[in-house]
Amino acid sequence: MSVFAFYLFAISAITGGLFTVISRQPVHSVLWLILAFISSAGLFVLLGAEFVAMLLVIVYVGAVAVLFLFVVMMLDVDFAELKAEMARYMPLALLIGLVILMQFVMAFGAWETSHAAADLLAAPVPADKHNTEALGLIIYDQYFLLFQLAGLILLVAMIGAIVLTLRHRTDIKRQDIIAQMMRDPAKAMELKDVKPGQGL
Amino acid sequence: MIQADLSVILPEIFLAVYAMAALLFAVYTGKDKLAKPLVYATALVMVVLAIYVGSSSTGTTEAFGGMFVNDAFARFAKVVILLSGAIVMVMGEDYMHRRGMLRFEYPILIALASVGMMMMVSAGDLMSLYMGLELQSLALYVVAAMRRDSVKSTEAGLKYFVLGALSSGLLLYGASLVYGFAGTTKFAGIITVAQHGEVSVGLLIGLVLLISGLAFKVSAVPFHMWTPDVYEGAPTPVTAFFATAPKVAAMGLFARVMHDAFGHAVSDWSQVIALLAVASMFLGAVAAIGQRDIKRLMAYSSIAHMGYALIGLAAGTEFGVEAMLVYMAIYVTMNIGTFAFILMMERDGKPITDINALNQFSKKEPGKALAMLVLLFSLAGVPPMLGFFGKFYVLRAAVDANMTWLAVAGVVASVIGAFYYLRIVFYMYFGKDGEEMQSRGSMLLNGLLAASAIAMVAGTFTTLGIENAAASAAATLVH
Repeated sequence: MSVFAFYLFAISAITGGLFTVISRQPVHSVLWLILAFISSAGLFVLLGAEFVAMLLVIVYVGAVAVLFLFVVMMLDVDFAELKAEMARYMPLALLIGLVILMQFVMAFGAWETSHAAADLLAAPVPADKHNTEALGLIIYDQYFLLFQLAGLILLVAMIGAIVLTLRHRTDIKRQDIIAQMMRDPAKAMELKDVKPGQGL
Repeated sequence: MIQADLSVILPEIFLAVYAMAALLFAVYTGKDKLAKPLVYATALVMVVLAIYVGSSSTGTTEAFGGMFVNDAFARFAKVVILLSGAIVMVMGEDYMHRRGMLRFEYPILIALASVGMMMMVSAGDLMSLYMGLELQSLALYVVAAMRRDSVKSTEAGLKYFVLGALSSGLLLYGASLVYGFAGTTKFAGIITVAQHGEVSVGLLIGLVLLISGLAFKVSAVPFHMWTPDVYEGAPTPVTAFFATAPKVAAMGLFARVMHDAFGHAVSDWSQVIALLAVASMFLGAVAAIGQRDIKRLMAYSSIAHMGYALIGLAAGTEFGVEAMLVYMAIYVTMNIGTFAFILMMERDGKPITDINALNQFSKKEPGKALAMLVLLFSLAGVPPMLGFFGKFYVLRAAVDANMTWLAVAGVVASVIGAFYYLRIVFYMYFGKDGEEMQSRGSMLLNGLLAASAIAMVAGTFTTLGIENAAASAAATLVH
């Protein structure tokens, strides 16, 4: 059963990835990408990494892919023109890709994991702990430094986004709540007697 | 347990907490009005930390299970990074202020980038290496595009970001292959797997991809394409920053990975790095000849200089690492002086970067022209300036490591490269009359230019113990 599920998810992940690259419509690309994400989440479930699987669905499908979809629909990018540009470099790119592929085939042909790696693979998760707890133990204990650094990186990303995009405009009206509350009813309105045929 | 770990990374924690506190303070109070005091405060913090790092602990301590290493090598690199970062930041303050580019986020981003650089040179694990690198790079992408109304600055930031992301991808793929074959991400573990003559093909491909990613960060040929555009497009103070501290950090990280993780397999990587070095030296020397823009010229100059520093690494010996560290320290000192001069170049209040503007400059300001002459001679490696000794060290390291061909290539490239440095000297002293430029120098810029030029001459007699510090730093790194 699990073998069947593995091949199902694996094939749909590869199909999704392939059509992400080759579909003509960018919106279709994003939809295929979502299929690839969900299939990968299925693969993670098969590996016993439920937490990562849920994270993939919630963060990548729920947030990132939707953001992509939004960007693709909002921006007016001529993808046909971009593709034409790409076709010019295609022969060279194919050649380089082929060479790299050959090298990787060589690398994986000679695959031999070291003993240390084999030991690590033997016990992926402690038997008495469930997934989330095991991750928490690693992240907040062993990888505490990395976790904090990741936080700093996100802070830099946030500062960067604000620095590069936020503009303080002075020519717009903003709501000033204090000024609104301090309004004096007596001074708020002024009655004028405007005579017909004349202005103020 | 955790206290012991935290005390090892105290300088990093202090700088990070300072940056966050300064950010909160500036956002809730004066915003950009506080930019100027913040620049000076951040520089002060960085100088104090440099003194603390340089004088405090001795020996080698590890924290977080070997993810963070504090040894003489890391301390040497950190002192250079913090001092040069602080000086360059203060140097560009006036330039940015007058052109309305100075925002309070600038010193904070520089401080956070410095935290990343400190993590880089102290990395003891592939993961902490990557985290430090990303923290540094992300902050640098932002400061490159800081002048967001300028097309060139935005282009610089975007190009740097896209190519930087690509190189991070290469590096990560390499790291994952290394992890897959070695079974661990810790350098201490990888070195036991990567013994001489037993490096498997997979590990080798991982190593090559790691080198490619790192070569991008030090802008070695053929991963240098971004450098001229980013140097030209970024605001000049930011360019000055790019040319100093991040280069030292990237070079330190490069040496750390090669020796800490693959130190027993020197013959497997030294040829690759030697090739990068030769290509960088020649491309840097030849491509700079056609440049008329001094910032682009300095970009090619930095590519060539990284080539020389890589010679020290390619030698694969303790003396090679020492030579590389000395070379980087001298390179940073020269660049501080040269960029102090570039920051002064302007005409009618507008900054100019065309080297034709330097025609007949010596008639107007003989003092500055003389200082620049000394710096350019030093950059070219003309004896008896300090720059010559830097080159001499790395070339000797190559000869000692039986790589005489590399040293010969270095000498030839240096002769070719001397042309474009000396051409600027020619313009300053014997150039045609043309459009003149003014040099608006504050006390600080003049002082730095003079200090850097004096250091180039005085360095012939004493290098203030840099060699000894570099030697002990290299001794802790090389196995």
